[in-house]
Amino acid sequence: MSISASLTLKREDFELSCTFDLPDKGISALFGPSGCGKTTLLRCIAGLERNCTGILSVQGHVWQDHNRFVPAHQRQLGFVFQQPGLFAHLSALGNIRYAQKRAWPGDNDKTIEIDGLINLLGLEPLLERKPHALSGGEQQRVAIARALAINPALLIMDEPLSALDYQRKQEILPYLQRLHRELAIPILYVSHSRDEIAQLADTLLLMENGRINAQGPLYELLTRMDLPLARRSDATVVIRARSAAQEPEYCLTRLDTEIGELLLPGLHSANGEFRVQIHARDVSLCLERPEHSSILNILSAQVDTLQQEPQGQMLVRLKAGKAILLARISQKSAARLNLKPGLHLYAQIKTAALV
Amino acid sequence: MFADGDLMALWLTLKLAFISTLILLVLGTPLAWWLARSRWRFKFLLEAMIALPLVLPPTVLGFYLLLALGPDGPLGALSAMLGGGSLAFSFTGLVIGSVFYSLPFVVQPLQNAFVAIQPATLDAAATLRAGPLDRFFTIALPLARHGLLSAAVLGFAHTLGEFGVVLMIGGNIPGQTQVVSIAIYEHVEALEYGAAHGLSALLLGLSFMLLLGIYALNRRFKLVSP
Repeated sequence: MSISASLTLKREDFELSCTFDLPDKGISALFGPSGCGKTTLLRCIAGLERNCTGILSVQGHVWQDHNRFVPAHQRQLGFVFQQPGLFAHLSALGNIRYAQKRAWPGDNDKTIEIDGLINLLGLEPLLERKPHALSGGEQQRVAIARALAINPALLIMDEPLSALDYQRKQEILPYLQRLHRELAIPILYVSHSRDEIAQLADTLLLMENGRINAQGPLYELLTRMDLPLARRSDATVVIRARSAAQEPEYCLTRLDTEIGELLLPGLHSANGEFRVQIHARDVSLCLERPEHSSILNILSAQVDTLQQEPQGQMLVRLKAGKAILLARISQKSAARLNLKPGLHLYAQIKTAALV
Repeated sequence: MFADGDLMALWLTLKLAFISTLILLVLGTPLAWWLARSRWRFKFLLEAMIALPLVLPPTVLGFYLLLALGPDGPLGALSAMLGGGSLAFSFTGLVIGSVFYSLPFVVQPLQNAFVAIQPATLDAAATLRAGPLDRFFTIALPLARHGLLSAAVLGFAHTLGEFGVVLMIGGNIPGQTQVVSIAIYEHVEALEYGAAHGLSALLLGLSFMLLLGIYALNRRFKLVSP
């Protein structure tokens, strides 16, 4: 664990008290309801909250302990704020150069790195423009490039997509996924969008009322029945998949995943490891393999746990292949099928999505 | 067109306005920055004090300055201790008076410009390894440049039109403390309306041009800002 923190901040109407460890690579998502203190925690990590006390060390450097407080400008981090916060008097390139001039020393040749960043984020046509001539999504991409140009040991992103409409989100998400694959910097990402997290996160920190309730790999936390994630009506699982083969005859894509083979409508191509998201409400259960079903994806599974939910619903946790699936069915169905832990059955997956 | 005395008064006025503006910018900029950023609970006391010259009759300000600058006043005593002469009825005294007199005209536009800078912008600079001074010079000042220009022009124009304070602490010594506004008063007293017209028209034109510049700039600035 390369980032370890135990931070406290007291305000009149709010108390933040968070202890957590983060791995030294990949995207860690900080997830929680609005007002639970996510932004404040990030600001504490960045050194922007002077009243924050506690211990914080990042990649072997102590940023804060009981007798030391390293100010924000001496912490090797990049911060992408909810509002892009570009410098209005500088062009897009000027903003990136501002960071480049002050960059932390590193092993790489900086000029190449900047060109790579501009390329990675698709900024070439925007470089000469002032911030007010950029769209919200473009500004945010410049802000991401600027935060990376400082050569950070940790990249913090505070809901970088929240101020954007759906269209713009879809424009930036691919860039973030590329960052995820191509850069070896740990990223701490705040979001309250389930879909963003399913697409991006490796590790999850669940936050509520100023505290970290749980932390762990995304795949595990999404399926933990004691956590609010699985209890929400949009409970979902994320499955790792490796290869994709197209079946043009039926306009389908055949995926090799942890839970077995899945067929997805449409022709997709993907390289390396990628993710498939399956909502609990799209999974139904049968005791025998349905032979005459229109549903393409039918997998063998075993009941692990059952949990009653409000309004006659039942959440079923299933072991399928090497991973876990969630199914949301009615309590009546659960009783009729006589579901018990250990029972072998078949899960029908109505829809799944590549994310 | 102008008599030698009038030219001297004109030169003195411009010199006074220029030096006062320079001092006001050097003192007023950090003061305005501090006022814009500080969360000190008694900040309003200082703000009210700085705003006083806006409402106070210049003769009142001039009267107290005369006391302070005179040989028995604190500033006068300080000057004497440092080996300088009396500050009252001297050019230095005029500069000191002008700085107090025009302070709100410089501090307020600057403070407004600094307040308008989003805290997020400065936070962003802090996370880009820019220390407090670096942030001030590379972010705050350039972003407040329109406020800085407004402050300089207003300070300059306001000092140009100074009358009551000068009359109280400077008197009417040609070449030392006789500024244009006093010279105009002299001409009118002596019924030299032609000379009064010349100087008055000049001040009117100059002040109008300066303000025109500011308002045109403000208009353009508003159009450009997002």
